[in-house]
Amino acid sequence: MPDMNSLAHPQQHQFNPYTENGGTILAIAGEDFTVIAGDTRQSEGYSIQTRYAPKVFRLTDKAVLAVNGFAADGNMFVKKVRQRLEWYRHAHAKDMPLRAIARLIQTMLYARRFFPFYVYNILGGIEEDGSGAVYSFDPVGSYEREACRAAGAAQSLVQPFLDNQIYFKNQTPAQDTSHPVHLPLHSVLALVIDSFTGATERHIEVGDGLEMYVVLARGNPALQSLQDLPGAEEVTGTQAEERVFVIRRDLKKD
Amino acid sequence: MDHFPTNWGRPRNDLSDAYGTFPLAQRPYNGGKDMFAEGVKHTQQPIVTGTSVLAIKYKDGIMMAADNLASYGSLARFKSIQRLHPVGKYTVIGAGGDMSDFQYIQSILDDTIIEEFAASDGHTLGPVEIHEYLSQIMYARRSKIDPLWNSLIVGGVKDGKRFLAYVDLLGTTYSASTIATGYGAFIAQPLLRKAVEGNENTLTEDAAMAILEESMRVLYYRDARSLDKYQLAKITADGITVSESRHLQTSWSFAEGIRGYGAQTQ
Repeated sequence: MPDMNSLAHPQQHQFNPYTENGGTILAIAGEDFTVIAGDTRQSEGYSIQTRYAPKVFRLTDKAVLAVNGFAADGNMFVKKVRQRLEWYRHAHAKDMPLRAIARLIQTMLYARRFFPFYVYNILGGIEEDGSGAVYSFDPVGSYEREACRAAGAAQSLVQPFLDNQIYFKNQTPAQDTSHPVHLPLHSVLALVIDSFTGATERHIEVGDGLEMYVVLARGNPALQSLQDLPGAEEVTGTQAEERVFVIRRDLKKD
Repeated sequence: MDHFPTNWGRPRNDLSDAYGTFPLAQRPYNGGKDMFAEGVKHTQQPIVTGTSVLAIKYKDGIMMAADNLASYGSLARFKSIQRLHPVGKYTVIGAGGDMSDFQYIQSILDDTIIEEFAASDGHTLGPVEIHEYLSQIMYARRSKIDPLWNSLIVGGVKDGKRFLAYVDLLGTTYSASTIATGYGAFIAQPLLRKAVEGNENTLTEDAAMAILEESMRVLYYRDARSLDKYQLAKITADGITVSESRHLQTSWSFAEGIRGYGAQTQ
């Protein structure tokens, strides 16, 4: 039964400050590298707004941030994180370490607890000890460090695939063998590409293009193979020891 | 989203609370009491509105089209409104949505251009800067829950670079080689993409004009809030030209042959 309060006022359709812009992001940490990827389609409802709107951003030479959800909030959030990282660099003459960026993102998200940034964040990069790391967040700042995480429109398609292929869930190792703890870069890249081609096939909001950022720890032996990879572009900002590359691939546009 | 922990996990209202799991007849109101709440009114809906704007990249720059109608609901209220507005020497913005909000935006941008001119520091605002500024305004207003109810296309050419991007009442932005707002996003966008995607650097001015005219015609046939009078804006390295109003040639004779929708006896 409708209460008398709501009957007293005429029913008005209220302005909704949020929308959902589709797309999917994904990050996988290796022993001495991290891959952070996202598709480049931006959509609203059944309309494709553009085929190229990046969702993955290089923050420093050891940190890459992927944002997914409401695109306007995502862009504003990345802008604000970058501003804080610049202030940190001016104050301390070094880049903020990855775990500190993760905690910064938590506080920035929670600061907006009562008018949240409607954005799922995945932060990937190299930790101070040289290990690959992935941090995943919810829109109000809950976060944890993981080995792999998918988020966005096709999270429910990609995450189970990753659970099976990265964590070897529901797989029994052959007699007298065990599953590897970390996968090498080439198999991780293959898994990322397969994840996105699969998601593109089965989810209408995923497609058009794929951007994969690879962050290599200092002295990573995969460096040469990455430099030789056709289409891989180095985007390392300074003469840091960590190296950052982008690899772009087409996805189906239908 | 419901921010009050006491409400979490509870049914949304007593209509659906079939098992009486929530003890109160009505959910509690936890907020403060604003004596003036009734007095504060924001734009909560557009009143006098413009419909689609279309824009494409082509060989020499950007071309944009919008019709001359400002509707009041379903009433075709103003039939010679210009919805393409030049800003500075390199940029044109096209607007759909609330026309009073658009006029406000025009005044903000014109003031900004004058201010920048007065600075005479050797810098001028190009389409990139104007789009960034506009998107910050739009996002700030949506964050105050007092939006400027428009979808805007910003197009321009500066320093040999073409620029075409979109921003709307939510602060959502994107850039693409074809953009269409409103109804045009559903009806014209596929036609524009078919003609332009991959041909941005070869499409001639005449071809660009033809595809925009054809799209405006299709929109006039299908969009009840559109008009057969429209303007074209062209932004190239040589500057901006906004055309005089053009009239669309249409043919409705086929309507005679349609059977099954109206009150025909046969």
